[in-house]
Amino acid sequence: MLKTPYTRRRFVQGIALGGTGLGLLRPGLAGAATVTGYAPLLQGNDIQLTIAETPVNLTGRPRLATTVNGGIPGPLLRLREGETVTLRVSNQLRVSTSIHWHGLLLPANMDGVPGLSFDGIAPGETFTYRFPLRQAGTYWYHGHSRFQEQTGIYGALIIDPIGHEPHPADREHVLLLSDWSDEDPEHILRTLKRMSSYYNYNKPTLLDFLSDARTRGLGEAIALRRMWSQMRMSPTDLADVSGHTYTYLLNGQSPASNWTGLFRPGERVRLRIINGSAQSFFDVRIPGLAMTVVAMDGQPVEAVTVDELRLAAAETCDVIVTPSQDRAYTVFAQSLDRSGYARGTLAPRPGMIADVPALDAPVWLDMRDMMGDMGSMPSGDAHAHHHMAGHDMSSMRMPDSTSTAVTHAASEYGPNVDMRVDTPRENLDDPGTGLRNNGRRVLTYADLHSLPGIVSKDTLDREIELHLTGNMERFVWSFNGIKGSDAEPIRLRLGERVRFVLVNDTMMNHPIHLHGLWSDLEQPDGSPPLRKHTVNVQPAQRVRFVVHADTPGRWAFHCHLLYHMEAGMFREVVVS
Amino acid sequence: MKRLIVMLISLGLPMTAFAMGGMDMGHEPAIHLVRVEQLEVTQDNAQRWELQAWYGNDAHKLWLRSEGERRDGRLHEGDVEVLWNRPLSAFWSTQAGLRHDFGIEGPSREWAALGVQGLAPYWFEVEATAYVGTAGRTAARLRTHYDLRITQRLVLQPELEANVYGRRDAENGIGSGLSEGRMAIRLRYEIRRELAPYLGIVHTRRFGDTANMTNEDAGDTQLVAGLRFWF
Repeated sequence: MLKTPYTRRRFVQGIALGGTGLGLLRPGLAGAATVTGYAPLLQGNDIQLTIAETPVNLTGRPRLATTVNGGIPGPLLRLREGETVTLRVSNQLRVSTSIHWHGLLLPANMDGVPGLSFDGIAPGETFTYRFPLRQAGTYWYHGHSRFQEQTGIYGALIIDPIGHEPHPADREHVLLLSDWSDEDPEHILRTLKRMSSYYNYNKPTLLDFLSDARTRGLGEAIALRRMWSQMRMSPTDLADVSGHTYTYLLNGQSPASNWTGLFRPGERVRLRIINGSAQSFFDVRIPGLAMTVVAMDGQPVEAVTVDELRLAAAETCDVIVTPSQDRAYTVFAQSLDRSGYARGTLAPRPGMIADVPALDAPVWLDMRDMMGDMGSMPSGDAHAHHHMAGHDMSSMRMPDSTSTAVTHAASEYGPNVDMRVDTPRENLDDPGTGLRNNGRRVLTYADLHSLPGIVSKDTLDREIELHLTGNMERFVWSFNGIKGSDAEPIRLRLGERVRFVLVNDTMMNHPIHLHGLWSDLEQPDGSPPLRKHTVNVQPAQRVRFVVHADTPGRWAFHCHLLYHMEAGMFREVVVS
Repeated sequence: MKRLIVMLISLGLPMTAFAMGGMDMGHEPAIHLVRVEQLEVTQDNAQRWELQAWYGNDAHKLWLRSEGERRDGRLHEGDVEVLWNRPLSAFWSTQAGLRHDFGIEGPSREWAALGVQGLAPYWFEVEATAYVGTAGRTAARLRTHYDLRITQRLVLQPELEANVYGRRDAENGIGSGLSEGRMAIRLRYEIRRELAPYLGIVHTRRFGDTANMTNEDAGDTQLVAGLRFWF
């Protein structure tokens, strides 16, 4: 059935009224409307949260959302390190629900993953989470039941430190980025299974080709396309779900409704940026302000100043800005595929606005994103090193030469896997597609080092290598070619220290999140590591992180792009 | 009717395997797709269709395929296939099942079908199927098309189909060898991905023995207008 046509501009920009447009609601959706753009603060050690279905209107069309205490985002939880918190979560939905406290160290039965930590919260039930807070910093919480995170169950969670704050500020704001669709996320997944490129309106076209042929010459224009076509891959497969259906939100507000945070000129303002989206990467900048990054995934880092940073789904980043002038600044967070943006304003007084930059032009994926380490390969025959399913492997196998050569599990040679990278790159200083050489200082993992004393240097017990795999066309995602539903758990001994080696055999970024245990990202140059809860692995990249298996239990380990996780990029990790 | 019942019973084998496959679905629900690739009117006022439909999960799909033509208000030719689709490699699936040709002038025919379906390098969608019928009949069909995207919504789609028969079927006007081929080019505009009206040119050609047997011209070119849609 056809829906009413909409103007793209209005859809992407959202409506200015947010959830207050009660007059637009159909009678069937009457009742308390979702509060958007304002997250009430909840403090103390005994917190009540209620999950319910409430009407919302972010695009001009009424929809039902799943909300925490009736808001998108849910309430801002402000807790204190060293204390024990009790969180009672009541379920008023007609289906089971859950809340996962993302990045928190806690007993496994408090982690909130149905099927692993507990049975989920049945309709009408209240589940009591109780755990000591063993860390400080910027975190978030979200639903872990099917697609409830996409439809509104998320919020910021801040833990104030017992000791002194290593990077103090005069004022702070939470910037919680997220993605909203009027479509039922179950329908989005079905659509991706039917046609994985459905939401991509940036496909290579004949007109692009003609324009390329004019500017670069016919030969180069053909060569550029030949390889992609041969591989049956798209150089513009940057996001599976785009601004075609998403409205990007900042603190629950659409770009048109423009969330605004206040400052006094000259103040040091701490921005706690959280990517609480289901399936989006955001490239965040504040034109006119340099951002000094002071914490990543809640953990303090050596300060580094940049103009722009890419935040993967589930990552958090604390930056300090010092707006000295009496003017407004736009917080601009464009999606990786440049199909839309979230926007807000920092201003000395309410009602002020600044220019909103134009979206950058989308950039095609390049050889680095397909094959990884170009330097280690003989030139001129690069694509021969890329194994393509269905092709004669013997004629395409790379010479066994470099130390970076990898082996692929036998399970990677099947219908679930459409490419394997033989020469992954190791460097962490690549800002990624769309941000390379854009004239701005862009944050990379190579710039980030946890403060001394955070990550221990104890010896390692063993190494586990996993490959991030997928089939774009079939929209199947997996580790080592095995979907989560078909996989055996990864077993760790309590107390052991294990290095995880992840090789990304796909052309997409995957933010990989291990629940309950830190992932200490190693720097290839031996510089101090970076403590994280979610490690983004870029296309054709190999990363290594160390996990200290110090808490027993069944933990989830998965890609934090929700549709990748639901399509199979999931494993259970058992510590016992 | 009797033939249809026999056909449905013969489907038991793939259906059983399909149901068993359902056990390892985990929490992956079965989904469906109905894609009417072509639903068109020709300049001679004939109506043609080609459709694909499936139901299943990543590992098993029950697949339905049909094409045919109506002329002067009655069925002119057509067939329907019921197939069990399983992934074979990254871009290819196997398809096994049955084909039923509607008998219009002659008797209807049933075939066992085995083929592959998938995406060839350079983005060619391909279906290649071999058929074995009763009384030693054999046949093969190749179908391929390509989407040339002019803009994000305007798509030019060339299509090629060829049918080969192992032996003559005089009652149905089919000769042995390459019997019929079709070349088409259609220009569609995707109002939404799911809904695209199009204009096209379809050239149908009968070859060899088949051309000699029919009263129609060996080659026939028609302008067509139609709708492509899926849900």
